[in-house]
Amino acid sequence: MAGEPRGAEAQPDVEEQPATWSARLSSSIIYFILPALIIVFTIISRQSFFNPNNFQNIAIFASTLLLLVVGSTFVIITAGIDLSVGSVLVFSSVVAAQAMVTLSGSAEEVRAREYPNQLFGISAGIVLGVLSGLAWGLLNGVLITKLRIPPFIVTLGTLGMSLGLALILSGGVNVPFVPPTVQSEIGSRALFIVPIGTGQFRFTVPVAVATVVIVIAALALHKTRFGRYTYAIGSNADAARRAGINVDAHLIKVYGLSGMLAGVAGVLDVALFSTASVGSHASDNLSAISAVVIGGTSLFGGIGSIGGSVVGAFIPAILRNGFVIQGIQPFWQQVAIGAILILAVYLDQRRRQAEERR
Amino acid sequence: MELANAGVNGSAVLQARGIDKHFGPVHALKNVDFSVHAQEIVALIGDNGAGKSTLINALTGVFPYDHGEIVFAGRPVRFASPHEARSAGIETVYQDLAIAPHLDSVANIFLGREYRQTGLLGRLGFLDKDRMYAETSAQLKQLGVRVPNLRRRLVTLSGGQRQGVAVARAVMWASKVVIMDEPTAALGVAQTALVLNLMRQVRDNGIPIVFISHNMPHVFEVADRIVVLRLGEVVAELDPRQATIDDAVSAMTGSLRPRSMSNDRPAEVRHGR
Repeated sequence: MAGEPRGAEAQPDVEEQPATWSARLSSSIIYFILPALIIVFTIISRQSFFNPNNFQNIAIFASTLLLLVVGSTFVIITAGIDLSVGSVLVFSSVVAAQAMVTLSGSAEEVRAREYPNQLFGISAGIVLGVLSGLAWGLLNGVLITKLRIPPFIVTLGTLGMSLGLALILSGGVNVPFVPPTVQSEIGSRALFIVPIGTGQFRFTVPVAVATVVIVIAALALHKTRFGRYTYAIGSNADAARRAGINVDAHLIKVYGLSGMLAGVAGVLDVALFSTASVGSHASDNLSAISAVVIGGTSLFGGIGSIGGSVVGAFIPAILRNGFVIQGIQPFWQQVAIGAILILAVYLDQRRRQAEERR
Repeated sequence: MELANAGVNGSAVLQARGIDKHFGPVHALKNVDFSVHAQEIVALIGDNGAGKSTLINALTGVFPYDHGEIVFAGRPVRFASPHEARSAGIETVYQDLAIAPHLDSVANIFLGREYRQTGLLGRLGFLDKDRMYAETSAQLKQLGVRVPNLRRRLVTLSGGQRQGVAVARAVMWASKVVIMDEPTAALGVAQTALVLNLMRQVRDNGIPIVFISHNMPHVFEVADRIVVLRLGEVVAELDPRQATIDDAVSAMTGSLRPRSMSNDRPAEVRHGR
């Protein structure tokens, strides 16, 4: 019974399929948009665009968004969504700023711009800001996995809760009297300066934090078991569960990561602007999600990369910058990003239809 | 029960006695006895709703059963989760192919059992992709399963190739029993032949297989023993070398024809209670 012939004649289904290069190329067009934008703006704006000082501005402008984008990349690869990141950023920045103000000196001292305990106050503010973001993220994860409520609804709920609480805590106004040291020593402090041509690129703390987070996240997503499980859950959560992966615990970690990075972004926001700005960041969540999707991550889960998301975050940053330099109303950036988003998803769908054979 | 021994060499690896299971008012399993012996492919057949999947799920800890006992490798066991059953050496290939289609073959085969690098990197969770690739490649070659480019995501492979990966994963990790739930359901002729061959090979290597199928020709081609479930009861045990497909179908549907009941035809049919 075991003497049946085995071999190629019984397996006609194993020939190598030619890779669908045209389909693959069409989706990587997104990766050409970024260099194309840089070239176009360089041609039309010359030195005023293509110089290190301007690139530094773009990098600083993008640094907080990049943190949200990294978190959202993990979340979206698990086939989830985190709408709360912008509001959590605001909440964390209010917590951080208020802690820095209250713990750096008495009310009178602070009003007189004196901060006798500012080392402790600022450190505590940073820690509390990051932890408050982490707490919101863990809450998202627990509600999604334990109560089985869809991520869209849970994070829409915590979006409202965290923003509302931030406004209650701050009385609806930007937090005043933040120690100026925060901005001078963190927000605009250059760790090192790269001289390029006639200008220089100041590698400031926010840019450095974003860079380090991107590198660690890319390694974690593409090289470690944590990243492998992130893809597996997004690809087929049941298969992951049957393979013995603790899906709930992993998802809580992923949402916790997203919240924590929003907390870090909130702290950096305080450092950059020397206040907790409660009015901005309302649409940061959508900016982050568009960047991730433009970068090739599938909203259906299982597909995506940190590198793509970083490219997806720089496209709007460079568009806005280039338009401002050209004197074009920066609102055109929103129009262009909307169109690019639709194009990116269309190309992604085409690629997948070509790839998935049956 | 002289016929229960047809095709059986050696004692039971996995034995279930008197398994009872209710889902609310539904009596899904009624006092079921079922055993798997070394070196055999035992087919578990029955109509939709006969209790095949329920029995397998009870055996592998997917959900608890109400009464009865399971003896595995000589000891009474009660698996609290499929994970426990897997740790004990029982692998299941699910009907709906529990694979992650966006991962490649190696990642799927090692899903939940990833090798990590040695030293600090390993403790940080860094994967040893080269080692997993090499081991998968060697194992698949030994099993005679050919998958084009192990690094291609399964979504780009055909249904048969994906099934090959799912079967190979179970076979690679099973040390005691492999359970296959409709492994040939979605396959073409050549791919089916591949899977059936693989099953024989696994059996000959000493690992018994529980083969759940609707497809009678496949069952009769590969099984050493056939257990028929109907409405939650074991209604017959057949020897495929002597029984016919008609006998099996009759037992499944309950429309027992006199022919299969009569004379010395060795298709023993036990009526439930």
